[in-house]
Amino acid sequence: MNAQPLLAVSDVETFYGRIQALRGVSMEVRQGEIVTLIGANGAGKSTLMMTICGSPQARTGRIVYDGQDITALPTHQIMHMGIAQSPEGRRIFGRMTVMENLMIGASVADPGHFDADIERAFTLFPRLKDRREQRGGTLSGGEQQMLAIARALMARPRLLLLDEPSLGLAPLVVKQIFGAIRELNQTDGLTVFLVEQNAYHALKLAHRGYVMVNGKITMSGTGTELLAREEIRAAYLEGGAH
Amino acid sequence: MASAASPASARRPAKLAADLGVTALLSLAIFGTMVGLRTETIPGGLELQPQWTSALALAAVAVVGRLVLHLTVWSRPEGAPPLLPMGVRARVEQAATGTGKVFGPALLVFALLLPFLPFTDRYILDLSILVLTYVMLGWGLNIVVGLAGLLDLGYVAFYAVGAYSYALLAMHFGWSFWLCLPLAGILAAFWGIILGFPVLRLRGDYLAIVTLAFGEIIRIVLLNWYWFTGGPDGISGIPRPSFFGIPFDRGEGGFADTFGLDFSSMHRIIFLYFLILALALLTNFVTMRLRRLPIGRAWEALREDEIACRSLGLNTTSVKLTAFATGAMFGGFAGAFFATRQGFISPESFTFIESALILAIVVLGGMGSQIGVVIASVALIGGFEVFREAEDFRMLIFGVAMVLIMIWRPRGLIATREPSIFLREKKSVSGALVAQGEGH
Repeated sequence: MNAQPLLAVSDVETFYGRIQALRGVSMEVRQGEIVTLIGANGAGKSTLMMTICGSPQARTGRIVYDGQDITALPTHQIMHMGIAQSPEGRRIFGRMTVMENLMIGASVADPGHFDADIERAFTLFPRLKDRREQRGGTLSGGEQQMLAIARALMARPRLLLLDEPSLGLAPLVVKQIFGAIRELNQTDGLTVFLVEQNAYHALKLAHRGYVMVNGKITMSGTGTELLAREEIRAAYLEGGAH
Repeated sequence: MASAASPASARRPAKLAADLGVTALLSLAIFGTMVGLRTETIPGGLELQPQWTSALALAAVAVVGRLVLHLTVWSRPEGAPPLLPMGVRARVEQAATGTGKVFGPALLVFALLLPFLPFTDRYILDLSILVLTYVMLGWGLNIVVGLAGLLDLGYVAFYAVGAYSYALLAMHFGWSFWLCLPLAGILAAFWGIILGFPVLRLRGDYLAIVTLAFGEIIRIVLLNWYWFTGGPDGISGIPRPSFFGIPFDRGEGGFADTFGLDFSSMHRIIFLYFLILALALLTNFVTMRLRRLPIGRAWEALREDEIACRSLGLNTTSVKLTAFATGAMFGGFAGAFFATRQGFISPESFTFIESALILAIVVLGGMGSQIGVVIASVALIGGFEVFREAEDFRMLIFGVAMVLIMIWRPRGLIATREPSIFLREKKSVSGALVAQGEGH
């Protein structure tokens, strides 16, 4: 692994107006890793992900991606640097077809790769190929999540940010989605930063994990390590391991 | 219309009577003031003239209509088969999409031939020019409202900027229509960007209010900037368009003379007709092209979800500004045409009701639908003319029609959206699958 992490967040504090959402967060994602961030509702997980994307911007601290300081860059510029995001709640373009959704995802990518990238997306999620001319809004929740990930992949990212991809999905579909993430990581070497409430699945999938409580990172370690910790079991896994 | 709660109560006479009583009171309150009292101009002021019979008749129609609905449609037992079987409905939808494919081209051929049809007279041609102006304005606004999803209530401002730009440039510098037309478009687009900047962070209702204010500001500036715009007197004697330099004059060197025709005042009207037809088609063509380009797709994505757009690396600032600028530009073109056709413009032509009418055309036609705008323009502008006889009730009929259409077709007359890209060949998807989903 490289000495320099692909993404390094150090001492970041983010505010919504006067309310502080992140209280000095430091974490890093190395090239080729799957890193997960788990925590309860409202802990600030999504805020950290959005802060990495520059919306809202961090008030203090530094975010360095691939050696460049991106803390103060506007979102669309950050997204041009090889970071792609599947946002919380999927945010599919409901009246537009699957193909159109994918095309918009490819806005920041070189158009020359489009056909190959579409092919890759359809190989990863064959369901999307069947539904390619259907409106995004008519897809099932699982299909929409697949589309959200495929849409982010169309940007040919080096770092993929996923915000709660398992939200509201049936266990079987969650397995499918997580399987696809693992495949992307293993075959394409894609680096993934995964925000999840489904701690069990996330920690099993990830190489490393962070735990966030009230806007602070309270624990970190490898996925297996964290899974074995008693506090984690008590707080996040009771009844959740299915 | 409080119809939602009524079905169960319909069969109980007491409740039915109460419901009809409320209906009678409400309709009397509405029609009593709107129809029952009428102001007449008399020497020295206005006089109130009661018209109670008309008001009572209208209220009676409402009560009887509701009674009939109670006894028929609303009293149907729960789970009864729908009045229109699904099969029939699907077939109607299919027929509609089928005719849609030939309808557009057929309409275009009709539009091209219209001036030469035997029944076409000056009146029909004038009306067609008016309808086409609104088609063009509707198409222009459709870029902003229908595609980019930015609710703009002040679109008439750009129409005004275009009209005044043409009028002032042509009057002061003597430039020709063909030089002023693009300039009017550019100036309007420039004002579109000026409007765009302050409203970048606004959406929905807030955006609507600011755009509404913008429309009014432009009109009031035109009204008060007396030495520049002529204020309420407007600008008259605006140069008429020439046939690429050849004026539509009687005598030597005129259009009729040059082409060896007998002079007819219709030549100019026919030319104006083709001019606005060409401008409208240009608007349509550019919109259709842009929809298939990244920028058009970005507009539509912006309408669907602004946050998702940003998270995919789209610069929403420039996406919004281009939408405002492009829409405004076509409004400016239409304004320049309006000025040259009328020969006289004043702020009176650019009131809020115009913005509302153009927006009504877009919404009624189905947001984002090009052919829907045409149908809605013909229906609204043509409808105004048809009901010119029933002058007193024109707005009432208009309002009732709008309410009914919005009940039956809440997404406008043409609610289907044509995808902008297909993988390999077109694959037809049944109407049930592509209906609007709620899965945001």
